[in-house]
Amino acid sequence: MLILHCPYCGVDADETELAPGGEAHLKRFGPDSSDEDFEGYLFHRENPKGVHFERWRHANGCGKWFHAARCTTTMEVFGTYSAQLTEPPKEICDKISGKRPGWSWRIFG
Amino acid sequence: MKRYSAFAIAREALRGHKGWERAWASPEPRATYDVVIIGAGGHGLATAYYLGKNHGVKNVAILEKGWLGGGNTGRNTTIIRSNYLQDASAAIYEKSRSLYETLSQDLNYNVMFSPRGVMMLAQTEHEVRGYRRTAHANALQGVSTEFIGPQRVKELCPIICLDGPRYPVLGALWQPRGGTARHDAVAWGYARACSDMGMHVIQKCEVTGVRTEGGKVTGVTTTKGDIGCGKLGIVVAGHSGVVADMAGFRLPVESVALQALVSEPIKPCMDVVVMANTVHGYMSQSDKGEMVIGGGADGYNNYNQRGSFHHIEETVRALVETFPMISRLKMLRQWGGIVDMTGDRSPILSKTPVEGVFLNCGWGTGGFKAIPGSGWAMAELMAKGASPLAAEFGLERFREGRFIDESVAAGVAH
Repeated sequence: MLILHCPYCGVDADETELAPGGEAHLKRFGPDSSDEDFEGYLFHRENPKGVHFERWRHANGCGKWFHAARCTTTMEVFGTYSAQLTEPPKEICDKISGKRPGWSWRIFG
Repeated sequence: MKRYSAFAIAREALRGHKGWERAWASPEPRATYDVVIIGAGGHGLATAYYLGKNHGVKNVAILEKGWLGGGNTGRNTTIIRSNYLQDASAAIYEKSRSLYETLSQDLNYNVMFSPRGVMMLAQTEHEVRGYRRTAHANALQGVSTEFIGPQRVKELCPIICLDGPRYPVLGALWQPRGGTARHDAVAWGYARACSDMGMHVIQKCEVTGVRTEGGKVTGVTTTKGDIGCGKLGIVVAGHSGVVADMAGFRLPVESVALQALVSEPIKPCMDVVVMANTVHGYMSQSDKGEMVIGGGADGYNNYNQRGSFHHIEETVRALVETFPMISRLKMLRQWGGIVDMTGDRSPILSKTPVEGVFLNCGWGTGGFKAIPGSGWAMAELMAKGASPLAAEFGLERFREGRFIDESVAAGVAH
């Protein structure tokens, strides 16, 4: 069972306590943007086979949103971090680079 | 190809079964083909089959990274139905269901299609209203369904408990010509027929890159070398995003794990398929006697074919209330498949930004029932550039806001 550490309340919560919230760090586009950008924001997803950054909510706990870095094939969790950050913290990126040499994700915006 | 028949069985019985030939060839890839299909699951093989049968395109290779039907084709709960609300969905799923009716004869391979009837239980007032609406829509679409009351449900499926405390059965949407088929046989039957037409079904051949020139596809790189092609079909379900990334475009698709499980075999007790969508559980009995149970999908992206334990617990907990007799049943096996969920939970049958590359994906949690219809439409799309059945399932619908909104409208367990 997937266990994530909530960076707010400090609890190691298993997935029955958590609600998944989809891909993290989406670049948002509003009504004035082009159709392509708006489509991309609403529907296009990274959906990587490997390292992924996601939003989670500690729904049956403190209720806060946070971010997690996780591998979608091995279920390995590289770390969790505040939902206030617009990109993953350096120590998590370094950890991922150490374990998955050569990994790349899109440019965070 | 030697045809299978009662006579063939008798002949082979007399000769010690030494005359059976291999069902399909295992050739090495040629340097180039007119059409390459990535993915030898049901949908990919059906696409190739109808390319050959309906459109005369037979210089085709179907590449499979694992083994035939080893992905979602062999991992589903084999339910076949077409009781959808939206016209575009009903058209393609009903085409598919009607092709299943004669698929064994068409392929000369017994896919064991069993039109035993599918009922979708209404366990809340909202579902009653929703399914009545679907029954009316189906009448207009020419799909034979009806809304039935609790007593008729009990007659059709005596082991059901109508007045459970949390999930009373208030009625059901009944499709008498829905049912099940043998999932492996569908893949094997199509593969045998494709091989018989001279197509190459190449297993253990993983595509590692898509080669393009001036925005047009020229071939693929694989673990068995480069293979050139005029047209490329991507039919890889959960891995659609991975292959699309090789071709250089992104998809409105997310991959999640969906689970199923089977019990120990028991004597025949249930000769219909029952789906309970409020609780996300569905059950049927296989010919071997196992109760085949499907549940809900995980809510987060995954490529591991396992799934979360608590989803099984939720599914089984609810099904035990609806079918009290299964409470002491031991479960034998559990597995997961990676399903490709789109933004509107409807499939994608489409051209792509790369010329010559066609995409068939997004069947999500309900792909098995669609295999013949999906192949039929995809073959027409690849051969002619357009198909009436596929017209509304294009990739551009997400940009244009023309969703085929089954996930909200019908409340179906996809």
